[in-house]
Amino acid sequence: MKVAPGEFFLQGNEACVQGALASGVRFFAGYPITPSTEIAEGLAAKLDGKEGVFLQMEDEIACISAVIGASWGGVKSMTATSGPGFSLMQEAIGYAAMSETPIVIVDVMRGGPSTGQPTRASQGDVMQTRYGSHGDYQVIAFAPASVQEMFDLTVAAFNYSEKYRVPAFLLSDAEVGHMRGLLTIPDKLDIIGRKEKGIRRSDEAYDVPDELVRPFPVFGKGHRTMVTGMTHTDNSWIEPEDVKVHQELVKRLSEKVLRNRKDINKWELMCPGSKTMIVSYGSAALGAKEVAASDDKVGLLRLKSLWPFPEEPIAEVARNCDRILVSEMNLGMMYSEIKRVALENGCKKVELLSKIGGDPPTPSEFRHKLREMGVI
Amino acid sequence: MEIFDFYRKDRWPHVFCPGCGNGAVMNCFYRAFNELGLELDKTAFVGGIGCSSRIPLYINSDALHTTHGRAIAFATGLKLAKPELKVVVFTGDGDLGAIGGNHFINGCRRNVDMTVICINNNIYGMTGGQASITTPHEFLSTTTPRGNKEYPFDLAEIAVAAGANYVARWTTRHVHELTKSIKAALQKKGFTFVEVVAQCPTNFGRRNRMADPTQMLEWMRESSIRRDKAKANAVDHVDLNLEGKITVGEFVDRNRECYEELIGVSKHG
Ligand SMILES: Cc1ncc(C[n+]2csc(CCOP(=O)(O)OP(=O)(O)O)c2C)c(N)n1
Ligand code: SF4
Ligand SMILES: [Mg+2]
Repeated sequence: MKVAPGEFFLQGNEACVQGALASGVRFFAGYPITPSTEIAEGLAAKLDGKEGVFLQMEDEIACISAVIGASWGGVKSMTATSGPGFSLMQEAIGYAAMSETPIVIVDVMRGGPSTGQPTRASQGDVMQTRYGSHGDYQVIAFAPASVQEMFDLTVAAFNYSEKYRVPAFLLSDAEVGHMRGLLTIPDKLDIIGRKEKGIRRSDEAYDVPDELVRPFPVFGKGHRTMVTGMTHTDNSWIEPEDVKVHQELVKRLSEKVLRNRKDINKWELMCPGSKTMIVSYGSAALGAKEVAASDDKVGLLRLKSLWPFPEEPIAEVARNCDRILVSEMNLGMMYSEIKRVALENGCKKVELLSKIGGDPPTPSEFRHKLREMGVI
Repeated sequence: MEIFDFYRKDRWPHVFCPGCGNGAVMNCFYRAFNELGLELDKTAFVGGIGCSSRIPLYINSDALHTTHGRAIAFATGLKLAKPELKVVVFTGDGDLGAIGGNHFINGCRRNVDMTVICINNNIYGMTGGQASITTPHEFLSTTTPRGNKEYPFDLAEIAVAAGANYVARWTTRHVHELTKSIKAALQKKGFTFVEVVAQCPTNFGRRNRMADPTQMLEWMRESSIRRDKAKANAVDHVDLNLEGKITVGEFVDRNRECYEELIGVSKHG
């Protein structure tokens, strides 16, 4: 479905709906959960059966399973959820990684563990996104911090999911999902379609970005494809006992994402070269933006993508500063990853401003912490 | 179509034990599919996890071998994304009725066009013979060493109650009736369900004094009551297996409009 270009005043979750439609979403399955429900409601209004299918299912496991099934039917498909629902989806997320199924999962993060704080923002699912299913695999995850980015990064999630045949995530939160702001939809968008396997010739030139990514055999086109979550060869022979097949497959699943970090990762840099840099993402970075804009001793690296882990921009920042302050709305999940890369690259001190409970850290909380650190 | 045009010859021999009921179901399915003149390239097969759920990987067609219990949910997405495909699910009693019970009930209720064939061997075959939701009362399994104290679940009755368009149950002794029912299910629009009570000599028979597959077939013959006979016994609904009986027959044949017709998706194709 085409979305009209122009300027709109929308809620973050509504901008995500627009981004999905602009990307060509044709199947959405969801189960109601705060604070993501507006995405399901928005798509229920648009996907009327003729333009695509909206389905409310019996639980989140059904939703993600149907989304994967729909993707094998050759359509762009997506689900949206929050903490508890996200936890239920994890087994199938591993299946999507293993079967190399392009799908998009939006997690509008709320406070956990368990039912926690249904209406309040959190960034507690960043590690679950990376490690939530069993086994070794890599995913692609974006972290929007504005209404505009809810749109832009939804489009990015669809594009990279198609390009690399991996599950891609939009890790939003209750704050960004429910904020209102300006959305500009441009006249032209770069949309990546399914990298489909051809049927006519075996030597047909496939438009895949990397030799580690295989063309996608859509069902119903005579490929007689076998898809399985078990260890399999390239032509889907089940070989769970074959050590070499397992090693090659699982390494390739990770490698196809890791070695394309430069293509995938996105970030915003403010006042690079400052001796103190804040590294943050999503709504935790909102207060930091204000501080970096007003204080010339402090810069900001705002990560717009979290997985694959953006080592390069963090290393670059670490090489040029003395101190890093990581800010996030959990007890320090990305912190340990960022700290590892920063210390390896010569940064002397890496501190954490952690805030849980639902409110993003304010500019004055940032200043207070920076004062404690002796920066300002 | 020859049998090895239908099944993937290059994947033979299969993983099933000698005497396993899966083979009888596969033969009946092949015959029904072939006699109807259906096309492999216009059909997709979906399975969950279990011995029975492996069948799709042996069929020379698109196959989606999924996660334990979720085959119907995967099939729902596939069918709605590509309504011109015929979608068939192979599943087991554990896959469909235990871990996948919610998707089964809601699949019947939602009535998306698909045929679900459940091979009910009264046991978790693949994991080595643990009790399942259809293990009869007092029967032995590795997790009910003193006999199963629970009562079995009636999958067909659930399907009837939840709204499936077609519901039948047979055993692997009833190959003609089974083939006929698979044909009826494949031809009908909407959610159609065929339960096949089948022998797992390795993990069910062996622990219940029926190690020989023929003993299991004999047990099925003795325990089966045709629905018409069950009716004569004044049971006007499907038996809940409380007496260890297997009620067989065609239980429902109706024409509720299927989901994709209701939302107009089939016209969209
Ligand atoms: C989530 C999950 N739990 C448990 C298992 C282990 N498991 C594999 S097959 C199976 C039982 C299958 O039983 P059934 O569906 O009756 O199939 P059968 O092997 O009897 O044909 C189980 C429990 C699994 N694969 N996934
Ligand atoms: S374990 Fe039972 S169900 Fe599985 S293949 Fe052997 S006989 Fe068949
Ligand atoms: Mg079983």
